Amino acid sequence: MPKITYISHEGKKNTAEVAVGSSVMEGAIQNSIEGIDADCGGSMACATCHVYVPENWFDKLEKSQDAEQDMIDMAYEPKKNSRLSCQIIVTKELDGLEVITPIKQT
Amino acid sequence: MIKTDVIIIGAGPTGLFAVHQLGIIGLKCEVIDNLDRAGGQCIELYPDKPIYDIPGIPECTGGQLTEGLLKQIKPFKNNFHLGQRVEEVKQENNSWAVKTNSGNIFSAPNIIIAGGVGSFEPRKISLKEAEKFEGKQIFYSVTNKDLFKNKKISIFGGGDSALDWALELSKSNEITLVHRRNEFRGAAHTLSEIKKKEKEGKIKVKTPYSLKSITDGQTMSEIKIEHEDGKVETIGTDYILSFFGLIMKLGPIADWGLNINNKTIPVNTESFQTNKEGIFAIGDICTYPGKLKLILSGFHEAALAARACFKRARPNETYKFEFTTASKSIHGRLGLKK
Repeated sequence: MPKITYISHEGKKNTAEVAVGSSVMEGAIQNSIEGIDADCGGSMACATCHVYVPENWFDKLEKSQDAEQDMIDMAYEPKKNSRLSCQIIVTKELDGLEVITPIKQT
Repeated sequence: MIKTDVIIIGAGPTGLFAVHQLGIIGLKCEVIDNLDRAGGQCIELYPDKPIYDIPGIPECTGGQLTEGLLKQIKPFKNNFHLGQRVEEVKQENNSWAVKTNSGNIFSAPNIIIAGGVGSFEPRKISLKEAEKFEGKQIFYSVTNKDLFKNKKISIFGGGDSALDWALELSKSNEITLVHRRNEFRGAAHTLSEIKKKEKEGKIKVKTPYSLKSITDGQTMSEIKIEHEDGKVETIGTDYILSFFGLIMKLGPIADWGLNINNKTIPVNTESFQTNKEGIFAIGDICTYPGKLKLILSGFHEAALAARACFKRARPNETYKFEFTTASKSIHGRLGLKK
Protein backbone atom coordinates (compact mmCIF):
# COMPACT_ATOMS: atom_id res chain seq x y z
CA MET A 1 0.00 0.00 0.00
CA PRO A 2 1.19 3.55 -0.66
CA LYS A 3 2.79 5.29 2.29
CA ILE A 4 1.50 8.74 3.22
CA THR A 5 3.38 10.94 5.68
CA TYR A 6 1.48 13.41 7.80
CA ILE A 7 3.71 16.14 9.22
CA SER A 8 2.42 18.23 12.11
CA HIS A 9 3.00 21.99 12.18
CA GLU A 10 5.79 21.28 14.66
CA GLY A 11 7.45 18.91 12.23
CA LYS A 12 6.46 15.60 13.86
CA LYS A 13 6.15 12.91 11.18
CA ASN A 14 3.59 10.13 11.13
CA THR A 15 3.65 7.68 8.26
CA ALA A 16 0.70 5.42 7.48
CA GLU A 17 -0.10 2.90 4.78
CA VAL A 18 -3.24 4.02 3.01
CA ALA A 19 -5.14 1.88 0.51
CA VAL A 20 -5.37 3.00 -3.10
CA GLY A 21 -8.74 4.65 -3.60
CA SER A 22 -9.00 5.97 -0.03
CA SER A 23 -8.59 9.67 0.62
CA VAL A 24 -5.67 11.15 2.52
CA MET A 25 -8.25 12.27 5.11
CA GLU A 26 -9.56 8.70 5.54
CA GLY A 27 -5.98 7.49 5.94
CA ALA A 28 -5.53 9.91 8.84
CA ILE A 29 -8.80 8.96 10.55
CA GLN A 30 -8.18 5.21 10.15
CA ASN A 31 -4.74 5.56 11.68
CA SER A 32 -5.78 7.99 14.44
CA ILE A 33 -3.44 10.68 13.19
CA GLU A 34 -3.95 13.99 14.95
CA GLY A 35 -4.35 17.30 13.17
CA ILE A 36 -7.15 16.33 10.81
CA ASP A 37 -10.67 16.69 12.25
CA ALA A 38 -12.89 15.87 9.24
CA ASP A 39 -16.05 17.06 11.00
CA CYS A 40 -18.29 16.57 7.97
CA GLY A 41 -17.08 13.08 7.12
CA GLY A 42 -15.64 13.85 3.70
CA SER A 43 -18.57 15.59 2.05
CA MET A 44 -16.43 18.66 1.28
CA ALA A 45 -18.55 20.76 3.56
CA CYS A 46 -16.40 21.86 6.49
CA ALA A 47 -12.71 22.50 5.69
CA THR A 48 -11.49 20.75 8.85
CA CYS A 49 -9.31 18.25 6.95
CA HIS A 50 -7.25 21.12 5.53
CA VAL A 51 -3.58 20.34 4.75
CA TYR A 52 -0.67 22.05 3.04
CA VAL A 53 1.03 20.09 0.28
CA PRO A 54 4.78 20.67 -0.31
CA GLU A 55 5.62 22.09 -3.72
CA ASN A 56 7.26 18.92 -5.05
CA TRP A 57 4.00 17.05 -4.54
CA PHE A 58 1.43 19.77 -5.15
CA ASP A 59 1.63 19.62 -8.96
CA LYS A 60 1.44 15.83 -8.99
CA LEU A 61 -2.05 15.91 -7.47
CA GLU A 62 -5.19 16.12 -9.52
CA LYS A 63 -6.29 19.75 -9.71
CA SER A 64 -8.82 20.91 -7.15
CA GLN A 65 -12.40 21.65 -8.16
CA ASP A 66 -13.96 25.08 -7.64
CA ALA A 67 -16.09 23.73 -4.81
CA GLU A 68 -12.96 22.61 -2.96
CA GLN A 69 -11.40 26.07 -3.34
CA ASP A 70 -14.67 27.58 -2.07
CA MET A 71 -14.34 25.49 1.08
CA ILE A 72 -10.64 26.27 1.45
CA ASP A 73 -11.64 29.95 1.66
CA MET A 74 -13.13 29.02 5.02
CA ALA A 75 -10.18 27.03 6.30
CA TYR A 76 -7.85 28.26 9.03
CA GLU A 77 -5.05 30.22 7.35
CA PRO A 78 -5.34 28.95 3.79
CA LYS A 79 -2.26 29.24 1.57
CA LYS A 80 -1.50 28.76 -2.11
CA ASN A 81 -0.67 25.09 -1.47
CA SER A 82 -3.78 24.38 0.60
CA ARG A 83 -5.89 21.31 -0.15
CA LEU A 84 -8.70 19.44 1.56
CA SER A 85 -7.30 16.00 2.34
CA CYS A 86 -10.72 14.41 1.75
CA GLN A 87 -10.31 15.34 -1.91
CA ILE A 88 -6.86 13.82 -2.39
CA ILE A 89 -7.44 10.23 -3.48
CA VAL A 90 -4.49 7.92 -2.93
CA THR A 91 -2.98 6.29 -6.04
CA LYS A 92 0.15 4.20 -6.55
CA GLU A 93 1.86 7.30 -7.91
CA LEU A 94 1.28 9.10 -4.62
CA ASP A 95 3.38 6.59 -2.65
CA GLY A 96 5.59 8.76 -0.41
CA LEU A 97 3.25 11.77 -0.42
CA GLU A 98 3.80 14.22 2.41
CA VAL A 99 1.15 16.61 3.73
CA ILE A 100 1.51 19.18 6.48
CA THR A 101 -1.32 19.73 8.92
CA PRO A 102 -2.06 23.33 9.98
CA ILE A 103 -1.67 24.70 13.53
CA LYS A 104 -5.37 24.07 13.99
CA GLN A 105 -8.43 23.19 11.98
CA THR A 106 -11.05 25.41 13.64
CA MET B 1 -38.88 30.34 33.33
CA ILE B 2 -39.92 27.42 31.13
CA LYS B 3 -40.49 24.11 32.92
CA THR B 4 -40.43 20.85 31.04
CA ASP B 5 -39.47 17.17 31.33
CA VAL B 6 -36.41 17.29 29.10
CA ILE B 7 -34.27 20.06 27.64
CA ILE B 8 -32.68 19.03 24.36
CA ILE B 9 -29.58 20.94 23.33
CA GLY B 10 -29.09 20.65 19.58
CA ALA B 11 -31.68 20.39 16.81
CA GLY B 12 -29.74 18.13 14.46
CA PRO B 13 -31.14 14.76 13.35
CA THR B 14 -30.32 13.10 16.68
CA GLY B 15 -31.92 15.89 18.74
CA LEU B 16 -35.02 15.82 16.53
CA PHE B 17 -35.42 12.08 16.85
CA ALA B 18 -35.04 12.42 20.63
CA VAL B 19 -38.13 14.67 20.50
CA HIS B 20 -39.95 11.79 18.82
CA GLN B 21 -38.83 9.16 21.29
CA LEU B 22 -39.76 11.38 24.25
CA GLY B 23 -43.13 12.19 22.66
CA ILE B 24 -43.93 8.53 22.15
CA ILE B 25 -43.48 7.81 25.85
CA GLY B 26 -45.42 10.90 26.89
CA LEU B 27 -42.63 13.26 27.93
CA LYS B 28 -42.49 16.95 27.02
CA CYS B 29 -39.38 18.70 25.81
CA GLU B 30 -37.97 22.03 24.65
CA VAL B 31 -35.28 22.18 21.97
CA ILE B 32 -32.53 24.81 21.90
CA ASP B 33 -30.11 25.39 19.01
CA ASN B 34 -27.58 28.06 18.15
CA LEU B 35 -28.51 28.01 14.46
CA ASP B 36 -31.62 29.81 13.27
CA ARG B 37 -33.23 26.63 11.90
CA ALA B 38 -33.50 22.96 12.78
CA GLY B 39 -31.36 20.31 11.08
CA GLY B 40 -27.85 20.84 12.43
CA GLN B 41 -25.00 19.76 10.16
CA CYS B 42 -27.52 18.14 7.78
CA ILE B 43 -29.01 21.51 6.94
CA GLU B 44 -26.00 23.77 7.48
CA LEU B 45 -23.25 21.71 5.86
CA TYR B 46 -24.82 19.37 3.35
CA PRO B 47 -28.50 20.19 2.66
CA ASP B 48 -28.18 18.94 -0.93
CA LYS B 49 -25.78 16.07 -0.49
CA PRO B 50 -27.19 12.56 -0.52
CA ILE B 51 -26.96 10.26 2.51
CA TYR B 52 -27.13 6.53 1.81
CA ASP B 53 -27.18 4.89 5.24
CA ILE B 54 -30.47 5.80 6.86
CA PRO B 55 -32.31 2.50 7.44
CA GLY B 56 -35.25 2.11 5.08
CA ILE B 57 -34.33 5.18 3.03
CA PRO B 58 -31.99 4.19 0.19
CA GLU B 59 -31.08 7.79 -0.57
CA CYS B 60 -32.02 11.20 0.81
CA THR B 61 -30.38 14.60 1.20
CA GLY B 62 -29.61 16.32 4.51
CA GLY B 63 -32.49 18.68 3.76
CA GLN B 64 -34.96 15.87 3.06
CA LEU B 65 -33.95 13.99 6.19
CA THR B 66 -34.52 17.11 8.29
CA GLU B 67 -37.87 17.72 6.64
CA GLY B 68 -38.92 14.11 7.33
CA LEU B 69 -37.87 14.29 10.97
CA LEU B 70 -39.73 17.57 11.51
CA LYS B 71 -42.86 16.00 10.00
CA GLN B 72 -42.44 12.95 12.21
CA ILE B 73 -42.30 15.02 15.42
CA LYS B 74 -45.10 17.40 14.47
CA PRO B 75 -47.77 15.61 16.61
CA PHE B 76 -45.76 16.34 19.75
CA LYS B 77 -45.90 20.13 19.27
CA ASN B 78 -42.61 20.78 21.05
CA ASN B 79 -41.15 24.29 21.15
CA PHE B 80 -37.96 25.26 19.35
CA HIS B 81 -35.72 28.00 20.71
CA LEU B 82 -33.49 28.76 17.77
CA GLY B 83 -30.70 31.26 17.30
CA GLN B 84 -29.63 30.96 20.91
CA ARG B 85 -26.79 29.19 22.61
CA VAL B 86 -26.91 27.52 26.00
CA GLU B 87 -24.41 29.33 28.19
CA GLU B 88 -25.02 27.94 31.64
CA VAL B 89 -26.15 24.66 33.15
CA LYS B 90 -26.63 24.58 36.92
CA GLN B 91 -28.04 22.06 39.36
CA GLU B 92 -31.02 23.25 41.40
CA ASN B 93 -32.28 20.65 43.88
CA ASN B 94 -33.35 17.74 41.71
CA SER B 95 -33.49 19.71 38.49
CA TRP B 96 -31.21 21.36 36.02
CA ALA B 97 -31.44 25.06 35.25
CA VAL B 98 -30.37 26.08 31.77
CA LYS B 99 -29.71 29.64 30.64
CA THR B 100 -29.24 30.77 27.04
CA ASN B 101 -27.38 33.79 25.71
CA SER B 102 -30.67 35.49 24.94
CA GLY B 103 -31.62 35.28 28.60
CA ASN B 104 -34.17 32.44 28.42
CA ILE B 105 -34.21 30.20 31.47
CA PHE B 106 -35.36 26.59 31.44
CA SER B 107 -35.81 24.06 34.20
CA ALA B 108 -36.07 20.29 33.82
CA PRO B 109 -35.03 17.10 35.60
CA ASN B 110 -33.27 15.94 32.42
CA ILE B 111 -31.01 17.40 29.75
CA ILE B 112 -30.16 15.61 26.53
CA ILE B 113 -27.08 17.05 24.85
CA ALA B 114 -27.25 16.33 21.12
CA GLY B 115 -24.71 18.95 20.23
CA GLY B 116 -22.88 17.25 17.36
CA VAL B 117 -19.38 18.67 17.09
CA GLY B 118 -20.45 21.77 18.98
CA SER B 119 -22.17 24.97 17.99
CA PHE B 120 -21.67 26.77 14.72
CA GLU B 121 -19.81 30.04 15.11
CA PRO B 122 -18.20 32.46 12.69
CA ARG B 123 -14.58 31.74 11.92
CA LYS B 124 -12.54 34.56 13.37
CA ILE B 125 -9.49 36.40 12.10
CA SER B 126 -6.43 34.50 13.28
CA LEU B 127 -4.32 37.58 14.11
CA LYS B 128 -3.93 38.02 17.87
CA GLU B 129 -4.65 41.73 17.87
CA ALA B 130 -8.03 41.09 16.20
CA GLU B 131 -9.52 39.99 19.52
CA LYS B 132 -9.06 43.43 21.04
CA PHE B 133 -11.10 45.11 18.32
CA GLU B 134 -13.84 42.47 18.08
CA GLY B 135 -17.28 43.99 18.51
CA LYS B 136 -15.76 47.51 18.30
CA GLN B 137 -14.07 47.77 14.93
CA ILE B 138 -14.05 44.15 13.77
CA PHE B 139 -17.33 42.36 13.11
CA TYR B 140 -18.27 38.87 11.93
CA SER B 141 -21.88 39.76 11.22
CA VAL B 142 -23.79 42.98 10.73
CA THR B 143 -26.52 43.73 13.22
CA ASN B 144 -26.61 47.51 12.97
CA LYS B 145 -25.59 48.92 9.63
CA ASP B 146 -26.08 52.51 10.83
CA LEU B 147 -22.75 52.12 12.58
CA PHE B 148 -21.09 52.19 9.18
CA LYS B 149 -21.88 55.58 7.65
CA ASN B 150 -19.23 57.47 5.74
CA LYS B 151 -16.54 55.12 6.99
CA LYS B 152 -13.68 53.20 5.48
CA ILE B 153 -14.61 49.54 5.55
CA SER B 154 -12.47 46.57 4.59
CA ILE B 155 -14.49 43.43 3.88
CA PHE B 156 -12.80 40.02 3.86
CA GLY B 157 -14.15 36.88 2.21
CA GLY B 158 -15.20 35.59 -1.18
CA GLY B 159 -18.73 34.33 -0.64
CA ASP B 160 -22.23 35.73 -0.71
CA SER B 161 -22.08 37.43 2.70
CA ALA B 162 -18.93 39.36 1.79
CA LEU B 163 -20.25 40.32 -1.65
CA ASP B 164 -23.74 41.29 -0.48
CA TRP B 165 -22.45 43.50 2.31
CA ALA B 166 -19.86 45.07 0.01
CA LEU B 167 -22.67 46.10 -2.33
CA GLU B 168 -25.04 47.24 0.40
CA LEU B 169 -22.47 49.27 2.33
CA SER B 170 -20.90 50.79 -0.80
CA LYS B 171 -23.91 53.13 -0.91
CA SER B 172 -22.54 55.27 1.90
CA ASN B 173 -19.00 54.06 2.52
CA GLU B 174 -15.57 53.55 1.06
CA ILE B 175 -15.31 49.79 0.56
CA THR B 176 -12.25 47.60 0.02
CA LEU B 177 -13.11 43.99 -0.74
CA VAL B 178 -10.22 41.63 0.00
CA HIS B 179 -10.09 37.96 -0.98
CA ARG B 180 -7.29 35.39 -0.96
CA ARG B 181 -7.82 34.33 -4.59
CA ASN B 182 -9.15 35.92 -7.79
CA GLU B 183 -12.37 33.90 -7.97
CA PHE B 184 -15.38 34.86 -5.90
CA ARG B 185 -18.20 32.46 -5.24
CA GLY B 186 -21.48 34.29 -5.52
CA ALA B 187 -24.54 34.65 -7.71
CA ALA B 188 -23.71 35.83 -11.25
CA HIS B 189 -25.89 38.91 -10.76
CA THR B 190 -24.05 39.87 -7.55
CA LEU B 191 -20.69 39.46 -9.25
CA SER B 192 -21.65 41.73 -12.13
CA GLU B 193 -22.92 44.34 -9.65
CA ILE B 194 -19.56 44.21 -7.89
CA LYS B 195 -17.75 44.71 -11.23
CA LYS B 196 -19.97 47.71 -11.95
CA LYS B 197 -19.26 49.30 -8.56
CA GLU B 198 -15.59 48.64 -9.04
CA LYS B 199 -15.63 50.54 -12.32
CA GLU B 200 -17.50 53.41 -10.68
CA GLY B 201 -14.81 53.50 -8.01
CA LYS B 202 -17.28 52.67 -5.22
CA ILE B 203 -15.61 49.36 -4.33
CA LYS B 204 -11.90 48.60 -4.46
CA VAL B 205 -11.32 44.91 -5.11
CA LYS B 206 -8.04 43.46 -3.82
CA THR B 207 -7.20 39.90 -4.89
CA PRO B 208 -5.32 37.68 -4.24
CA TYR B 209 -4.62 39.37 -0.92
CA SER B 210 -4.97 38.36 2.70
CA LEU B 211 -4.82 40.26 5.98
CA LYS B 212 -1.28 40.64 7.31
CA SER B 213 -1.56 43.00 10.25
CA ILE B 214 -3.67 45.59 12.03
CA THR B 215 -2.15 48.83 13.31
CA ASP B 216 -1.66 48.58 17.00
CA GLY B 217 -3.02 51.13 19.44
CA GLN B 218 -6.32 51.93 21.07
CA THR B 219 -8.16 52.35 17.79
CA MET B 220 -7.56 50.78 14.42
CA SER B 221 -7.03 53.22 11.57
CA GLU B 222 -5.25 51.15 8.98
CA ILE B 223 -4.44 47.57 8.10
CA LYS B 224 -1.80 45.85 6.00
CA ILE B 225 -2.75 43.30 3.38
CA GLU B 226 -0.36 41.00 1.59
CA HIS B 227 -0.45 39.89 -2.04
CA GLU B 228 0.14 36.23 -2.84
CA ASP B 229 3.59 37.21 -4.18
CA GLY B 230 4.54 38.97 -0.93
CA LYS B 231 3.82 42.60 -1.83
CA VAL B 232 2.29 44.51 1.10
CA GLU B 233 -0.23 47.34 0.91
CA THR B 234 -1.66 49.61 3.55
CA ILE B 235 -5.40 50.26 3.55
CA GLY B 236 -7.07 52.96 5.63
CA THR B 237 -9.71 51.10 7.63
CA ASP B 238 -12.21 52.16 10.29
CA TYR B 239 -14.04 48.84 10.32
CA ILE B 240 -13.25 45.28 9.29
CA LEU B 241 -16.06 42.95 8.33
CA SER B 242 -14.90 39.37 8.00
CA PHE B 243 -16.93 36.56 6.44
CA PHE B 244 -14.98 33.31 6.50
CA GLY B 245 -17.95 31.03 7.09
CA LEU B 246 -18.93 29.00 10.11
CA ILE B 247 -16.90 26.58 12.17
CA MET B 248 -17.98 24.21 14.88
CA LYS B 249 -16.82 24.77 18.43
CA LEU B 250 -17.59 22.84 21.59
CA GLY B 251 -18.09 26.21 23.30
CA PRO B 252 -19.60 26.49 26.79
CA ILE B 253 -20.39 22.73 26.98
CA ALA B 254 -16.82 22.36 28.23
CA ASP B 255 -17.67 24.39 31.36
CA TRP B 256 -20.61 22.39 32.70
CA GLY B 257 -18.62 19.99 34.84
CA LEU B 258 -18.97 17.07 32.43
CA ASN B 259 -16.15 14.67 31.74
CA ILE B 260 -14.79 15.55 28.32
CA ASN B 261 -12.50 13.36 26.30
CA ASN B 262 -11.06 14.75 23.07
CA LYS B 263 -14.03 17.08 22.43
CA THR B 264 -16.56 14.29 23.17
CA ILE B 265 -18.52 13.32 26.29
CA PRO B 266 -18.12 9.79 27.67
CA VAL B 267 -21.44 8.06 28.45
CA ASN B 268 -22.60 4.64 29.59
CA THR B 269 -24.29 2.68 26.83
CA GLU B 270 -27.23 1.60 28.95
CA SER B 271 -28.78 5.04 29.31
CA PHE B 272 -26.35 7.43 27.61
CA GLN B 273 -26.03 9.28 30.88
CA THR B 274 -22.89 11.37 31.40
CA ASN B 275 -21.04 11.66 34.71
CA LYS B 276 -23.87 13.94 35.89
CA GLU B 277 -27.16 12.38 36.87
CA GLY B 278 -29.94 13.53 34.57
CA ILE B 279 -27.60 14.81 31.85
CA PHE B 280 -27.43 12.58 28.80
CA ALA B 281 -25.34 12.90 25.64
CA ILE B 282 -26.24 11.37 22.28
CA GLY B 283 -25.10 11.58 18.67
CA ASP B 284 -21.67 12.71 17.50
CA ILE B 285 -20.90 14.44 20.79
CA CYS B 286 -20.95 11.27 22.91
CA THR B 287 -18.30 8.60 23.07
CA TYR B 288 -18.12 5.01 24.33
CA PRO B 289 -16.22 1.89 23.29
CA GLY B 290 -17.19 1.10 19.70
CA LYS B 291 -18.88 4.45 19.04
CA LEU B 292 -19.70 5.08 15.39
CA LYS B 293 -20.36 8.65 14.30
CA LEU B 294 -23.38 7.82 12.19
CA ILE B 295 -26.85 9.33 12.17
CA LEU B 296 -28.35 5.88 12.66
CA SER B 297 -26.32 5.36 15.85
CA GLY B 298 -27.64 8.71 17.08
CA PHE B 299 -31.19 7.46 16.61
CA HIS B 300 -30.54 4.38 18.75
CA GLU B 301 -28.89 6.52 21.40
CA ALA B 302 -31.90 8.88 21.39
CA ALA B 303 -34.29 5.97 21.99
CA LEU B 304 -32.38 4.75 25.04
CA ALA B 305 -31.72 8.19 26.50
CA ALA B 306 -35.43 9.08 26.18
CA ARG B 307 -36.43 5.99 28.23
CA ALA B 308 -33.78 6.84 30.82
CA CYS B 309 -35.27 10.34 31.18
CA PHE B 310 -38.60 8.83 32.22
CA LYS B 311 -37.39 7.88 35.69
CA ARG B 312 -36.45 11.40 36.75
CA ALA B 313 -39.37 13.04 34.95
CA ARG B 314 -42.04 10.71 36.41
CA PRO B 315 -40.52 9.40 39.66
CA ASN B 316 -43.85 7.96 40.83
CA GLU B 317 -44.62 6.00 37.68
CA THR B 318 -43.04 2.95 36.13
CA TYR B 319 -42.12 3.02 32.48
CA LYS B 320 -43.89 0.36 30.44
CA PHE B 321 -42.49 -0.70 27.09
CA GLU B 322 -45.03 -0.44 24.25
CA PHE B 323 -44.99 -0.90 20.47
CA THR B 324 -46.15 1.95 18.19
CA THR B 325 -48.10 -0.58 16.11
CA ALA B 326 -50.39 -1.59 18.93
CA SER B 327 -50.36 0.89 21.81
CA LYS B 328 -53.53 2.96 22.21
CA SER B 329 -51.75 5.52 24.38
CA ILE B 330 -49.02 6.00 21.76
CA HIS B 331 -51.68 6.39 19.09
CA GLY B 332 -53.31 9.03 21.26
CA ARG B 333 -50.02 10.92 21.56
CA LEU B 334 -49.59 10.73 17.79
CA GLY B 335 -53.06 12.23 17.40
CA LEU B 336 -54.36 9.29 15.36
CA LYS B 337 -58.09 8.91 14.97
CA LYS B 338 -59.54 5.57 15.98
